[in-house]
Amino acid sequence: MNLHPTTTGLLLAGILFVLGLISVLIRRNIIFMLLSVEIMLNAAGLAFVVASSHWGKADGQVMFMFILAMAAAEVSVGLALILQLYHQFKTLDSDQASKMHG
Amino acid sequence: MDVAFYIAATIAVLATLRVITCYNIMHALLYLVVSLLSVSVVLYTYGAPFMAILEIIIYAGAIMVLIIFFVMMLNLGNETSEHERDWLKPRIWVIPGILCAVLLIELLFLVMQNKQPAGGIIVVPPKEVGIALFGPYIIAVELTGILLMAGIVGAYHLGRQQKKKLHRFLENSNI
Repeated sequence: MNLHPTTTGLLLAGILFVLGLISVLIRRNIIFMLLSVEIMLNAAGLAFVVASSHWGKADGQVMFMFILAMAAAEVSVGLALILQLYHQFKTLDSDQASKMHG
Repeated sequence: MDVAFYIAATIAVLATLRVITCYNIMHALLYLVVSLLSVSVVLYTYGAPFMAILEIIIYAGAIMVLIIFFVMMLNLGNETSEHERDWLKPRIWVIPGILCAVLLIELLFLVMQNKQPAGGIIVVPPKEVGIALFGPYIIAVELTGILLMAGIVGAYHLGRQQKKKLHRFLENSNI
């Protein structure tokens, strides 16, 4: 089995992304869902870097840096939201927050 | 180079599988750190050393520490020390430790040997990334700065404890 490095890198990124997606779908703990989003963002960044090394251009790595900054901002805001949710519902179960009480 | 990539990729997939099947958040975070470290080795094998270091510093360092602080902040109480004792059992950290050791040996091996990267991979040095970042992408860098500022302000606003809001005439009256 002699695969091109770009192929294997993109395969790894795809596997990691699908694992994160499965985790978002099956977990109900909201911190785990945030972690899974992190896994998916990381896999997307890996795909960017693999493409950057395939073409020999720096653009993919620049996008990876933007993804890093976005992940940092997303985690801080997401954790603050989870904190508010925990104060409101006293639980981290995401199903509890889905009832609109309307 | 090829073997290094396959080892790191296997460790990444195994650690991520453990992350999504763990029930304890602390154990999941431990495995997630291992997964991020192995992705960092993969980035190194793909000719992006600066991105590998940034992955370790920002993902495995800053973001994971933020989440760990948050998890520890949520379960305050008497059972915290019990949790601490549970978390530090050897059978919890021995498997992530072994995976990390494999990654460390691999990284040392990669740094020691001075060979060309595998065929089909073009190394992009950090200098080119910097030139691209502050050349054609300068507006995106500015927007990222604004995004981080918005993140700080949003996290501060959302994370505040809601105080009871009373009109100033009612503050001294007994309700």
